[in-house]
Amino acid sequence: MSALVKSSLARKWVMALSGLFLVVFLTQHFVINITSVFAPDTFNEISHFMGYNPMVQFIAQPILIIGLIVHFIMGIVLELKNRSARPIKYAKFSGNANSQWVSRNMIITGLVVLAFLGLHMYDFWAEEIGYKYISANPEDPTRYYEELVHKFAPFWRTIIYVIANVLLAMHLWHGFNSSFQSMGAKAINKGDGLRKFTYAWSVIIPAGFIFIALFHHFSHS
Amino acid sequence: MKLTLKIWRQANSEAKGNMITYPIDGVDGDMSFLEMMDIVNEGLINKGEEPVEFDHDCREGICGACSMMINGQPHGPQRLTTTCQLHMRKFNDGDTITIEPWRAAGFPVIKDLIVDRSSFDRIQQAGAYVSVNTSGNTQDANSIPVEKAKADEAFHSATCIGCGACVAACKNASAMLFTSAKVSQYALLPQGEVEATDRVMNMVRQMDMEGFGNCTNTGACMIECPKGIKLENIARMNREYLKAETLG
Repeated sequence: MSALVKSSLARKWVMALSGLFLVVFLTQHFVINITSVFAPDTFNEISHFMGYNPMVQFIAQPILIIGLIVHFIMGIVLELKNRSARPIKYAKFSGNANSQWVSRNMIITGLVVLAFLGLHMYDFWAEEIGYKYISANPEDPTRYYEELVHKFAPFWRTIIYVIANVLLAMHLWHGFNSSFQSMGAKAINKGDGLRKFTYAWSVIIPAGFIFIALFHHFSHS
Repeated sequence: MKLTLKIWRQANSEAKGNMITYPIDGVDGDMSFLEMMDIVNEGLINKGEEPVEFDHDCREGICGACSMMINGQPHGPQRLTTTCQLHMRKFNDGDTITIEPWRAAGFPVIKDLIVDRSSFDRIQQAGAYVSVNTSGNTQDANSIPVEKAKADEAFHSATCIGCGACVAACKNASAMLFTSAKVSQYALLPQGEVEATDRVMNMVRQMDMEGFGNCTNTGACMIECPKGIKLENIARMNREYLKAETLG
């Protein structure tokens, strides 16, 4: 079992599994957020449930944070190991001739998304923690929609959300289908079905988040 | 055809190398890349200088010896060919061509454009074989039925010539395409099943020990492979390894 932890293939699985877990989380995050566009009351209800349900708060949320940290740390470890595997760089390297830019620069798109997560956590998670546990405010199941709309009022923040989601789409474009390859899925190489699905999902989810941000910015400005 | 060549020169494995510029004239489009290099070397020898060392053997795309990074691509810009099969007609008069050795911790430079690829031999020795009792009772080749599709796939994986272009092309200097091709050619056949667990475990362990990077599925290896070895082999190796680790 020790070889499983040390081997390059095991590192790929850790990266792939944590990535797939984050894709599932993103999908449910999007499904909840899109309700804010056409059903603010439903959005409030779900947000309240997510904010106060102990299973979500004390089991699902820590698992999510651990998954994110594992994905981030393994990404850095892989990047450092891969850099050391080529101590002398090429004078000329034509990467564009044989691979997509996004596949070669996951560390860049990943770090930008991570930096954005800092803002995102500050915007919503830190504020929520402050509201519930520091200020010890009473439960208010109607406040979430207003808070969301208020956040997207400034143009600069909306633009940051748009750019971050474009980078997220680029990260997912390679990462989502790559995770199936790393897991050894036969389907990723047999026909184009799974590959096309991962590409479509990588665009639809971030595009949906962009739509939500722009919708609230422009419909309330 | 007049060309300007920028070639990596390094006296030995310990020396610090650098790029040297060589102008060359009279290159014919029908020459192979290695024949052009021969002309460069004739010129250098006539001037009393050290010729550029480079690996070559069969010069017909079979042996996997020739190994040059040409303008940032292993074996140059033409798909599915080795350096020896690349012709100068792929270049234009006045071009500048950058020629470097494979760059990887697992492929240390010996001299100029020659790298030590014995790491590939060690990976093969770790498990890329089928133990057969050769005491004289040779079995008929067709006594074990093999599905045609699997036999074809195994043969395709076995066309890997071990040139190292996959490592050279990979931004991570990963050797997973090579290793997975060698794992696959046996994993697909019933003869390979008996030693499947040890094979994949030992070969992956050896690959990691040689200092190659981790595969991040960019697919550059498959595109640059002169034999068109598929990325599918890497997925198969990942499955084989998972099976070996979990089921034993």
